[in-house]
Amino acid sequence: MRLKYVLSEVAVGLWRNVTMTIAMMITMAVSLTLLGASVLLYLQVNHMREVYYEQVEVTVFLKAQENTTQERTAIEADLTADPLVQSFDFEDRNEAYERFKIIFENAPELVAQTKPESLPESFRIKLKDPNSFSAFNEKYRGKPGIETIIDQKELVEKVFTVLGSVQTLALIIAVVQGVAALLLVINTIQVAAYSKRREVAVMKLVGASNWFIQAPFVLEAVAAGVIGAFLAYIVLVLAKIYVFDGALEPLAAVMTPIPWSNVHLMLPLLAAAGALISSVVGWFGLRFYIRV
Amino acid sequence: MIALEHVTKTYPKASRPSLNDVSVAIEKGEFVFFIGPSGSGKSTMIKLLLREIQPTKGKIVVNNREVGNMRSWRIPNFRRSIGCVFQDFRLLPNRTAYENVAFALEVIGKTQAVARRVVPEVLELVGLGGKEHRYPNELSGGEQQRVAVARAFVNRPLILLADEPTGNLDPDTSIEIMRLLDRINRTGTTVVMVTHDSNIVNQMRRRVVEIEGGKIVRDQPRGVYG
Repeated sequence: MRLKYVLSEVAVGLWRNVTMTIAMMITMAVSLTLLGASVLLYLQVNHMREVYYEQVEVTVFLKAQENTTQERTAIEADLTADPLVQSFDFEDRNEAYERFKIIFENAPELVAQTKPESLPESFRIKLKDPNSFSAFNEKYRGKPGIETIIDQKELVEKVFTVLGSVQTLALIIAVVQGVAALLLVINTIQVAAYSKRREVAVMKLVGASNWFIQAPFVLEAVAAGVIGAFLAYIVLVLAKIYVFDGALEPLAAVMTPIPWSNVHLMLPLLAAAGALISSVVGWFGLRFYIRV
Repeated sequence: MIALEHVTKTYPKASRPSLNDVSVAIEKGEFVFFIGPSGSGKSTMIKLLLREIQPTKGKIVVNNREVGNMRSWRIPNFRRSIGCVFQDFRLLPNRTAYENVAFALEVIGKTQAVARRVVPEVLELVGLGGKEHRYPNELSGGEQQRVAVARAFVNRPLILLADEPTGNLDPDTSIEIMRLLDRINRTGTTVVMVTHDSNIVNQMRRRVVEIEGGKIVRDQPRGVYG
């Protein structure tokens, strides 16, 4: 009986104030979509970081013109003995030229003008710990025959910095929208409480418990929050299908694909976030409104 | 049953207290009128007894429970032992007489089965048998107040508080409501009534406590309006 009463009150409440309810759901959905996107991006960046760190190399470019076989052998011996190094490959001019041709395949005249002799030879080194570059750099910089030492990790970091700021941006928008959603929740719930002020007054008078008075209003907000979360989940699924697996397909080699399991994980996560936020805000919003 | 000990209530921003060092004791089964001019502090008394407000100073005991410093989560349960009737009836306009009374039961967790048994009984008691399914706007003022009394009494409270229950009613109807309150009092329920209807007070000849300027100026058994 009590459950039936509460549920019917929720349905009636949501319907009576339908424009506000829709506004609340949409704001909630936008906010939770951005929150979900941000969490997905976070998971993705972590995953990509693992994948990329697996692959990053330190490249030691030898001087293009005047390096000698002697210097090269000396460096090779050092690298073999070095505890920082996990493995390394030597890339000679022809291999460098092949790679050059692939990188600049869209600029054939550049490729035509470049001779293998003008490209530097290099060692491609995999460090045991990708973070130990500075120690490595310290050791080898300035050794005879070495032109420059490049850490790919630094390049990769730049990509992650960009992704990181995209994530931060999404989070900031999510928070701003979230605040708007909260204000809407408070307002909606107070309008609902006001429209039922007579009932509330009688309930307080005859000694209905606080939760019984507040539950229908709070559940209204929670229902809106959960529906908003569901909408947000649908948006994320569509984004996965049409944007990441659709329009951004060519980038699949750079951006590791977002796994479905992560997308599906967002449904319970966003629903919980939506429900929690609405209920807490709803409860406290009412506490100040419906004084005992 | 009810005891106020040196109770002072000063509203925020008020220059003088609404009740000033008031002490009064009411026994179980008594019928007490609180009288006095507007603004004398009568309604403040009712609000204190219902724990709608807290006293600034002093101790209030109702039904053996210290009300003044009661934790807010205990208030609902406390109020179930008190019935309350107001000048403006406070009925829900979109519910019938039956539903208004049943609502009071349902929101404190009673089942519909209980309501079906108890509500017709109490409506019969207040003299509304046959009018259960009328809406408040289809009832006269006196009948609406009877619904309100039924709602206050359906839970068999130990105390019935009435804040000018006849304020909106003509003299004849007022007397009918008073007979009803008297009948309820005879079942052992303590009745506390705030009024400035001198006719009624003079006719009933019950204990009269007169308040003026926040102080008790008269407390007399079987008193008159004065």
